[in-house]
Amino acid sequence: MKTVASSLLSGFIFGLGLAVSQMIDPARVIGFLDVAGRWDATLLFVMGGALAVTVPGFPVILSRPHPLLAPKFSLPAKTEIDRPLIIGAAIFGVGWGLAGFCPGPALAALASLSPSVVLFVAAMIAGQWLASRVELRSRGASQTVCDDGGQL
Amino acid sequence: MTEPNLIGGLIGGGLIGLASLLLLAVNGRIAGISGILSGLVTGGMPGDRLWRSAFLAGLVAGAGAYALVRGGLPLHFQAQGLWLILAGLLVGFGTRIGSGCTSGHGVCGLARRSPRSLLATVTFIFVAVITVFLYRHVFR
Repeated sequence: MKTVASSLLSGFIFGLGLAVSQMIDPARVIGFLDVAGRWDATLLFVMGGALAVTVPGFPVILSRPHPLLAPKFSLPAKTEIDRPLIIGAAIFGVGWGLAGFCPGPALAALASLSPSVVLFVAAMIAGQWLASRVELRSRGASQTVCDDGGQL
Repeated sequence: MTEPNLIGGLIGGGLIGLASLLLLAVNGRIAGISGILSGLVTGGMPGDRLWRSAFLAGLVAGAGAYALVRGGLPLHFQAQGLWLILAGLLVGFGTRIGSGCTSGHGVCGLARRSPRSLLATVTFIFVAVITVFLYRHVFR
C-alpha cells in the first residue's frame, strides 16, 4: 500500500511540475519547437531543471542494493540501438509537433475536463493499443522465421 | 506566441525531476509517462496496475490542484478535430514502438546515460521541429 502512496505522490508532484512550468500548454511546446517563429526557450529550462535533479540523483539511488519499498529496480533491459527505437521516436515526433502534446502533459491536462484533451488522450491510448498489436504480430512473424530456420 | 517563462520552467522542471527521483528511490520504477500508461493499456499483473493507476491519478490531481489555486490551466491548441486525433494516434503508437516519450527518454533515460534514450530524444525533437515548421510555415 505504501508503494501505491509513493506512486500517487510522485504523480502528483510530476503533474504539479508540468502545470507550474506550463508545459501542459500545447502552445508553449509549439513555441519551443517553432524555431522559425518567435522562439520560446521555456522547454529547455524545464528539461534543464529536471536533469539538474535526475543526473546527480539517479546514480546515487541506483548505487543502492534495492529501492526503499521494492525488491529490485525495474529498469529497461534493452541497450542496443534498433529500428523500432528510431522509427517509434520519429512517429512520436510527428504527433508531438502536430499537437504540441506529449503523454505527460496530455494526461495531466485531463484535469481541465477539456473535450479536446479527452479526444487526444483517447486517440493516444488507441495508438498504444494498435502498436501493441503490431508488436505481437511482428514477434509472431519473427518466431515463424526462427522455426523455419530450425527446420532447415 | 508565448512569452518565455524561464523561472517557472526551472521550478516546474525541478519538480518533475524530484518526482522521478521519488518513484525510482521508493518503487524502483522509471517515471516514463508513456510506459506507465502503456502497461495499463496492454494488461499486466493486478499489483502492477495499481501503482500505475495511482501515478496517473496523482498526475491529474497535481495539475488539478494547480488549476484550483490559479483558477484554471493554460491550454491553447494548435491542432483541432481530426488533426488532434491523428496526432494522438501517432503519439501513442510512436511512444509504444519507441519505448518512451519526453519523460522516459528525455528526463530519466538521459540521467541513466542511456545511449538509446539520447538517440530517441534527439530524433523526436528533430522530427517535431521539422513537423512544426511544415505545419506552420509551409502548408499554412
